[in-house]
Amino acid sequence: MEEDGGLAKKREALWKRARMIRAIRNFLTDRDYLEVETPHLIPSVIPEAHIDAISCAGGFLHTSPELHMKRLLATGYPRIFQICKCFRGGELGPSHLPEFTMLEWYCRSMDYRELMKECEELIVSVAGDLGCGDVINYQGKAIGLQRPWESISVREAFACYAPMSMDKAVMENCFDGIMVSRIEPRLGIGQPTFIYDYPVSGSALAKEKKEDFALAERFELYMGGKEIANACSELTDPKEHQRRFLNVNKYRYSAGKSIYPVSERFLEDMASMPQAAGIALGVDRLAMIFCDSSAINEVVSFVPEFL
Amino acid sequence: MYSASDLKKGLRIKIDNEPYIVTEFNFVKPGKGQALYRSKLRNMITGAQFERTFRSVDTFEPADLEQKKMQYLYQEQGKYCFMDNESYEQVFLTEEQVGEAKNFLTDNLEVEILFFEDKALEVSVPNFVDLVVIRADPWAKGDSVSGKTKPVTLQTGYQIQVPPFIEEGEKIRVDTRSGEYLTRVKD
Repeated sequence: MEEDGGLAKKREALWKRARMIRAIRNFLTDRDYLEVETPHLIPSVIPEAHIDAISCAGGFLHTSPELHMKRLLATGYPRIFQICKCFRGGELGPSHLPEFTMLEWYCRSMDYRELMKECEELIVSVAGDLGCGDVINYQGKAIGLQRPWESISVREAFACYAPMSMDKAVMENCFDGIMVSRIEPRLGIGQPTFIYDYPVSGSALAKEKKEDFALAERFELYMGGKEIANACSELTDPKEHQRRFLNVNKYRYSAGKSIYPVSERFLEDMASMPQAAGIALGVDRLAMIFCDSSAINEVVSFVPEFL
Repeated sequence: MYSASDLKKGLRIKIDNEPYIVTEFNFVKPGKGQALYRSKLRNMITGAQFERTFRSVDTFEPADLEQKKMQYLYQEQGKYCFMDNESYEQVFLTEEQVGEAKNFLTDNLEVEILFFEDKALEVSVPNFVDLVVIRADPWAKGDSVSGKTKPVTLQTGYQIQVPPFIEEGEKIRVDTRSGEYLTRVKD
């Protein structure tokens, strides 16, 4: 590694990143979203099967601002957004940092389909502000932003690209492996892709589809084979919340991972949770796309190896 | 015992009783999914490369590898022969296994051979070797401009860029890691 951790070479990327974040703020503020700040150091996190929180001072650093943003939503803040650092233990790779920047926004009365449209509009608007026009060049390939973007259900994606059906993959516990090796590399090539209707088993706090309880109203956005955002119609039933937390903690316990206490206040607030949709977008990942970077390290100032 | 998260580039592990070296290694995680480790591995015996995705619960044995000091004897029909100076045991490596090191092998050179059980896998040559220049163009006028180099051929057949004052029959020192000229050697 260079002596300054490559800082001098990052000037252009850091400027672009800053302009991108400003463009995101402008877009959401113009649509009457309230920018909020929720605590990073919290007594408990929402249990997720494969996300490990970092303990700190008797509590945890949040793994996403979801818990407290939903409490705001439930207590009468209908449109909110936040851009903040999130912390996840053990995640370090070309697209992962244990401390990274997330954008989350939530909107009352929306469902995941409407949120897909708003996500599309946000990225097109940011690209416009950055002077990209309607094509982004990423790693030698063009990503066209002309709408509508490609959208494919998870079930269809398995039928097209995988050696077995989605249901079989879930049953045989190879859903993630096929996703990573066969499906993700085909998504967001040529144009951004929304992939939607995930199995409910891996969807944390997403609402089930009315027509098919095995599926969740959840989507992910991919650009250039890279996962950019995860969104869903939010679960509103406090009992179902409790049931899912318990199941996840059971799984974590059996896998030898630490379990997370459930926030009683969160469950109480969920009693008044309105119908809403929410989305979490990786700011560093989006910066990678706009900066044409193959490694997340290129779009953040300091990386763990250089602290 | 290693777990998948201990894997890193260059690590040598045993799979199905054969030694593999990790040539590429990346942490990946599909949305809300489990952590996976996408790796490229090379079989250290056959040289075959392949990609494999490991889960965090997967574990590996380290490959038991041993290094022995040996002497380079000769090369015949693409086979390179090395001898243990104490036991006089001889082993052969293929040209592919010898790789870049073939540019620096001279008779009786002391090298290290990497073994997996009884199989010889790789040779490492010393960081610095002295080699004779067997072919060089004469020093032409105007070549003394600093930074200028010319190509010469060494006794092993290796072609290298050297300063223009190096002449045929001279001995030079080469850094085997970079493959570059270091200095002229006077006997």
